[in-house]
Amino acid sequence: MSALSWARRIGGGPLLRACVLVLALFVLVSLLAPWLAPQDPTFGDLGNTLVGPGAGHWLGTDKGGHDTFSALIEGTRTSLVGPLAVVLFSTLLGIAVGLFSAWRGGWIDTVLGRVLDILFAFPALLLAILAVALFGKGLTAPVLAMAVAYTPYTARLVRGLAAQEKVRPYIAAYQVQGHSSVFVALRRLLPTIMPTVLAQSTVNFGYALLDLAALSFLGLGVQPPTPDWGAMINQGQAAVLEGQPLSAIVPAVAVVLVVVAFNVVGEHLGDRLAGRES
Amino acid sequence: MSTTPLLQAAGLRKTYPTGGSRLVAVEDLSFSLYAGGALGLVGESGSGKTTTVRMLVGLERPDQGEILVQGAPLAARTRGRAARLARAKAVQIVFQDPYLSLDGRISIGATLDGVLRLHGCADRPARAARVRELLAQVGLGAREAAALPRGLSGGQRQRAAIARALAVEPAVLVLDEAVSALDVSVQAQVLNLLSDIRRDTGIGLVFVSHDLAVVRYVCDEALVMYRGRTVEHQPVAELLAAPQHPYTRLLLASVPHPGWDPEGIGRRRRELASSQEAAS
Amino acid sequence: MPLLSYEDLSVLLPGMARPVLDGVFLQVEAGEAVALVGESGSGKSVTARAALGLLPPGASTGGRVTVDGCELIGADAATLRAVRTGKASMIFQDPRAAINPVRRVGDFLTEALRLVGGRSKAEAEARALELLAAVGLPDPPRHLRQYPHQMSGGMLQRVMIAGALTADPRLLLCDEPTTALDVTTQAEIMAVLRALQQDRGLGLLLITHDLDLAAASCDRIYVMYAGRIVETATAAELLAAPRHPYTAGLLGSSPPLHGAPQRLTPIPGVPMGLLESAPGCAFAARCRFARPGLCDQSAPELEPAGGRLVACHLADTVLSEVDR
Repeated sequence: MSALSWARRIGGGPLLRACVLVLALFVLVSLLAPWLAPQDPTFGDLGNTLVGPGAGHWLGTDKGGHDTFSALIEGTRTSLVGPLAVVLFSTLLGIAVGLFSAWRGGWIDTVLGRVLDILFAFPALLLAILAVALFGKGLTAPVLAMAVAYTPYTARLVRGLAAQEKVRPYIAAYQVQGHSSVFVALRRLLPTIMPTVLAQSTVNFGYALLDLAALSFLGLGVQPPTPDWGAMINQGQAAVLEGQPLSAIVPAVAVVLVVVAFNVVGEHLGDRLAGRES
Repeated sequence: MSTTPLLQAAGLRKTYPTGGSRLVAVEDLSFSLYAGGALGLVGESGSGKTTTVRMLVGLERPDQGEILVQGAPLAARTRGRAARLARAKAVQIVFQDPYLSLDGRISIGATLDGVLRLHGCADRPARAARVRELLAQVGLGAREAAALPRGLSGGQRQRAAIARALAVEPAVLVLDEAVSALDVSVQAQVLNLLSDIRRDTGIGLVFVSHDLAVVRYVCDEALVMYRGRTVEHQPVAELLAAPQHPYTRLLLASVPHPGWDPEGIGRRRRELASSQEAAS
Repeated sequence: MPLLSYEDLSVLLPGMARPVLDGVFLQVEAGEAVALVGESGSGKSVTARAALGLLPPGASTGGRVTVDGCELIGADAATLRAVRTGKASMIFQDPRAAINPVRRVGDFLTEALRLVGGRSKAEAEARALELLAAVGLPDPPRHLRQYPHQMSGGMLQRVMIAGALTADPRLLLCDEPTTALDVTTQAEIMAVLRALQQDRGLGLLLITHDLDLAAASCDRIYVMYAGRIVETATAAELLAAPRHPYTAGLLGSSPPLHGAPQRLTPIPGVPMGLLESAPGCAFAARCRFARPGLCDQSAPELEPAGGRLVACHLADTVLSEVDR
């Protein structure tokens, strides 16, 4: 297939449909994981370490004898729940901060803007590592830290959109009719900008997943034997040098697939909304 | 006149900070509007029209002066639901752009229903009947009630915006360039609608416009603003027949008419501007 | 030969129920000011753009448009460039949208002069100063150094006119040039345009929705409705006695500034959209004179009636009824 026709496909529908399908598949897998996994991924079969794909182990085992396919399926849960929590918290917090800032305006807006600028300067991963250093390894501390780190992205978007929307006559009309500020801001202004905010959150999901996987890979996030893609890559990396790369490659491919899929879907949502605006 | 004015502005002043100094947007604005009356506010961009409108509907607070509705001063800042609703009952507004002044996500019928519910009409069938009545008053029907704003033409949206303002049953309706974005043929429909509403309800109109002919059609009195100040306030007929202030005369000469000579307008405008600057 | 001439110009867009333009006839002579009046969606802007060879993407066209003898429909790039850089220029409603906000007014003007006119930097600047003075700006050397945001809308529209003059055009197309401006500023801009037309012999096509403005500033008027010219006459004739019911309706819709106050008689309904079509006269649905079986069956041609051209089956009968 020529490069030209590939470029054409990326702009169009098939890629998007494939990405939606990928996401749907992973969500389904995470929901049904206990019933789908053929073996217990926490069970280390030390007699069968680093075996290749075969009838007993479809995707082989890692050096601890854990079944890679089962770990992949069970790992879908932890790998998706973490980013989900990050995105939920950061979106809610971002909406609250952004909306308040835009609605009140004046010095409050200026101060909050500066605070967000400072938060922007911290990479999410660094903040998460800091949280681990303070509160210990696991999922909770990094998720909370990253929720804070991702908040400025949503907050700044919400602030910009809300400030734009706030000066529109229809908002003034609601105020003149006698509605309270809380009602106008939350029930009338927010729903108008919500689709764009959700598109941003979709993109954020992919990045949060990547960051959390990186954390687990560093051994600071989800701890074995709880299955997690990042931790699986960490466990499998030594085996790559021994010529058995499958236990590291499988979770890595899963991460890439999900991140790319979320990005494509999020960007598409954003584009479509931008198109509807103009 | 012995009756209390519906709306009274007394010595309104509003300034905005610009760099070091303050820009005077409106200076010493006073007028009275009686029941069934219509006052035209005429002026160019930067004359203070928009600031005046925003003060009248409570979107801005005057630095000085006060606004009285039926003799009672309007609270500059409203606290609590009762105060907000009382303020809404005093003055409502129809904005210039019918494409931006309605909420794009909510149908016309639901918009009116929301206003009625806010203002204490709890009975659903009664609200539905009132919505139909309001829409009929502005010449809209069931199809328009069910439609979102984007399903309506500019004229229909402006009618819907008028119905939305009337739903509050305000003492005064402010129309901020409310017909200037409409096509000529549609504009005439809305102008006739406004004069019908005025005749039938006794509502007071504050009609803001740059178009003297339209002001003449709708209003009995006109107040001409120039750089934040009132330069002339007269019955419209007299204002047009015998304009007193040089700015009003300039405005009249600027209106295109057969045998029009726009040649001297620029010079006259510059002379006026420099004489005003010298005076202040 | 007229400076600008449309002969039976039709423009069709895919997906639309009716043509955007349908058999447009229009002429502008050198030194003449002509107005094209219509409401939103009437096709008046599309008509003006066609005179620069600018047509909506995907449009299929029929008929002819010539500027100073050059045919524009189906013209090659060289012809189009020749017309746009030496014969015809256009100014628009919103000057702020038509100028690069981060470049000085001087750069905006001299760029065209140097690129197209092949002038040196000094020559271009001297010419730009001349042009700014010609459009009545008080202090040309200062304006040359200013940025667009430092100027008022009226001043910026003068800059746009000066920009249009850099190509030494013989024809100036003005698309609602004063709609966004105050009444007094509108008068000033119209004075500039009138001076250019009279002193330099430019042909002027004024696109506007304002019949009063058209009548006050132009010699002849074309009235357009739903992509068709429905009436054309001299400004005085048109105002005194409109022959087409639509023209009469427009006049009845705008309140007069003087004379006895009387209730307006608006045209019912709304202008026809591009997704609607009618087998007969496009105005029939809004016309209070329309005769069933005639007006809703066949579209009227633009034909002589009462000393001008009118596209109405009832031009001769309506004529007596709408005299005012």
